[in-house]
Amino acid sequence: MVEGILGKKVGMTQVFTEDGMVIPVTVIEAGPCTVVCKRTKEKDGYTAVQLGYIPAKRKHLNKPLLGQFEKRGVPPFRVLREFPVGEDALSELEEGKEIKVDIFEKGDKVSVTGKSKGKGFQGAMKRHGFSGMRDSHGSRYHRTVGAIGQHTFPARVFKGLRMAGQMGNKKVTVRGLEVVEVIPEKNLLLVKGSVPGARNGLLVIKRMKGR
Amino acid sequence: MSQQILDLIEERYIKDVPTFSVGDTVRVFFRIREGEKERVQPFEGTVIKIQGARHRKTFTVRRISGAVAVERTFPLYSPRLEKVNVLRYGKVRRAKLYYLRERRGKAARVKERYLSPEERAMLKKGKVQKEKVVEEAAPVEAPVAEAPAEATQETNE
Repeated sequence: MVEGILGKKVGMTQVFTEDGMVIPVTVIEAGPCTVVCKRTKEKDGYTAVQLGYIPAKRKHLNKPLLGQFEKRGVPPFRVLREFPVGEDALSELEEGKEIKVDIFEKGDKVSVTGKSKGKGFQGAMKRHGFSGMRDSHGSRYHRTVGAIGQHTFPARVFKGLRMAGQMGNKKVTVRGLEVVEVIPEKNLLLVKGSVPGARNGLLVIKRMKGR
Repeated sequence: MSQQILDLIEERYIKDVPTFSVGDTVRVFFRIREGEKERVQPFEGTVIKIQGARHRKTFTVRRISGAVAVERTFPLYSPRLEKVNVLRYGKVRRAKLYYLRERRGKAARVKERYLSPEERAMLKKGKVQKEKVVEEAAPVEAPVAEAPAEATQETNE
């Protein structure tokens, strides 16, 4: 079986458990996805499946991509992502097979990958949680990074030093989220806690290995 | 579209809940767990805050237990909330009664709202479960013998 699915963030709310605990949850509309392509050991050197999500209109895709769908007799999709599967599992999967949210069940641990909300170009205080400099007592140095290097030696600034720059709008993965509920009729997945990105953002949900 | 899907999940928890308002003196019956056993614990006091919307709505009850003021917040739609009895309707002019925290004794009282029989009947229809409306209910600062087992917020006074 495929250990992952594609979905869209719906939003957050809270649910009550039977014994009255309140759990904050993110609602994800996940799947249905279709197996578009199989990667085999013989041909590609590894095993995986390519899942398609959200049906696309033909006019939005170019000819080479449409040809890929037509060759395998599956309808065109807007989003394509590969998920690794074992060799045994691959033989059970056929092109055109639907993957639904019922691959998960309550209590599963998943990782969710999405694109975080873009914050633009931000200073080091917001972006990295720096403390900044004093605001008063004659200070004219308020939200700066401060010193970024040492002296004659090494006489350069180290690579990767945390400074101001673009914040957000990058791929973020949150691991170990618990599946609180699965609603297969509505293709909904409720996970405990928050997930990256804005509403309607694309999410990749994968089962955590060894859980 | 997103909101409709969230509604779908949230409306499962929407049910008939007791109606009461800020300033009312209420007795809250809340199920608590003690080890393996479950029992209903009553908590009596003045409603000083109602907050939130839909199934996220909560209310805060303040009472003076001995010399210590105890405020406890309950989720209105919690499955553990058995019932809420209104003991006395309060006459208040604001939505949050935080000013009660700065007062003690006689000053920390809420005036009673006297209702006509018709008004009373209307409130009753709104799922108010009343024990008996004590017209001259014991003032809030009356010392209460039993100390609450758990408190969300404690203020030393």
